[in-house]
Amino acid sequence: MAYSDKVIDHYENPRNVGQMDDAAKNVGTGMVGAPACGDVMRLQIEVGDDGVIKDAKFKTYGCGSAIASSSLLTEWVKGKTLEEAQQIKNTDIAEELALPPVKVHCSVLAEDAIKAAIEDFSSKQG
Amino acid sequence: MKLPIYFDYSATTPVDERVAEKMCRCLTLDGVFGNPASRSHPFGWEAEKLADEARQHVAALINADPREIVWTSGATESDNLAIKGVAHFYHKRGKHIITVKTEHKAVLDTCRQLEREGYEVTYLDVESNGLLDLDKFRDALRDDTILASVMHVNNEIGVIQDIAAIGQICRENKVIFHVDGAQSAGKVEIDMQSLPVDLMSFSAHKIYGPKGMGALYVRRKPRVRLEAQMHGGGHERGLRSGTLATHQIVGMGEAFRIAKEEMAAENARLLALRNRLWNGLKDMEEVYVNGDLEQRIAGNLNISFNFVEGESLMMALKDMAVSSGSACTSASLEPSYVLRAIGRPDELAHSSLRFTLGRYTTEEEIDFVISKLREQVKRLRDLSPLWDMYKAGIDLNSVQWAAH
Repeated sequence: MAYSDKVIDHYENPRNVGQMDDAAKNVGTGMVGAPACGDVMRLQIEVGDDGVIKDAKFKTYGCGSAIASSSLLTEWVKGKTLEEAQQIKNTDIAEELALPPVKVHCSVLAEDAIKAAIEDFSSKQG
Repeated sequence: MKLPIYFDYSATTPVDERVAEKMCRCLTLDGVFGNPASRSHPFGWEAEKLADEARQHVAALINADPREIVWTSGATESDNLAIKGVAHFYHKRGKHIITVKTEHKAVLDTCRQLEREGYEVTYLDVESNGLLDLDKFRDALRDDTILASVMHVNNEIGVIQDIAAIGQICRENKVIFHVDGAQSAGKVEIDMQSLPVDLMSFSAHKIYGPKGMGALYVRRKPRVRLEAQMHGGGHERGLRSGTLATHQIVGMGEAFRIAKEEMAAENARLLALRNRLWNGLKDMEEVYVNGDLEQRIAGNLNISFNFVEGESLMMALKDMAVSSGSACTSASLEPSYVLRAIGRPDELAHSSLRFTLGRYTTEEEIDFVISKLREQVKRLRDLSPLWDMYKAGIDLNSVQWAAH
């Protein structure tokens, strides 16, 4: 299968790889996927008092397209408000990375990951 | 060292130069281009002579009578001819067939077709090492079983089934025994004088011959009957009509001749290379060999790197051609059915790579792949949330995953 240049770039030079303290109140963690399905994404966001995402980190077990989708997502969400981040659609990611149909599920997983991270953050604010 | 490196010899092999040279002499006007079935002129006689010689070479590798060799277009056709041919010819005797879940699709899909025609097929499980339990095989036999089909060497994990013992059980129960030998010819000793095997499928392109060429061994004593699947001019004693492809046949013959001559030395060399590869990797954490390491052909190493997804690893190994049992290489998102059948959990099946070595593999290439693998597995594990969890002592089976 041929990969787009953008997928290869993110795969070879993934942005924002890492881990945050998931117990911290200003951190939201989204872990989606399953090892048995061949991909697991963990996306974490650090949110400032103004509701803007200050930082984002990810780690992904999965194919090159899954790694690229999550890497791209961390770039996109930084500097966005939670509401804006909530609006990111999997189709935007798939389009940006030129994912073939068989890899579209990777972008769906990335959308699920940011939604899960926002939900986790919100539940901590209670 | 030339890049990319080829580590996919079980998918196909390059044609040996000695083979290619012989093939080329059967194509053009000044070569042997005649139709082997032409009896009225020397063009036909010459071609027939070459086809006969090739038949002898193929028979010699497996210690069979040349009259027991039927030319086909490849192992897939041989499997079809053997299984459908027996089922259709002996259907009055019974309609039950036994095969194994780890067989090649050419066998499995042929059996599926027969199920649609009203036959019953038992698909046996294998043990965790990939091998068949003989008692379970015996238990599966019924009064109406007419045929058993078991592959000699598995294409994904390279394990060697005990076809002598399975064949013996078939003999005792008057069941015809077919073996898919596409991955074993030239790699494992095959002696048809002593093996209780009735039908055996072979391919040319797995052992440095041309693609589009194969053969089916059909035992004469005791005689096995088949219903032809391809009708026409009555070639190959009516079992497979179609003008003989002289150049292809000559190629297969030469490939089998070379294999007989060089097999022992080549196996020793490949085993040393495979051991070198495995020794260079086995001290890594969470690395598993899939399938029995002893009952296995020399050139195959199928391994899983836990917590690293196979396709992403293949992407990292862009300078080498390997194959992955993992989902994403094929259009389906399912992990390898062979690795599932040996009881590998899906996550390990998703993390597998198959290295198959061959005639042109060098030590230098092996050392290169070892260093690349160690570096890239580490890089991808540093990217893997599963690796973090494993390192933190979390049992991944205790986690509630959101399956998708």
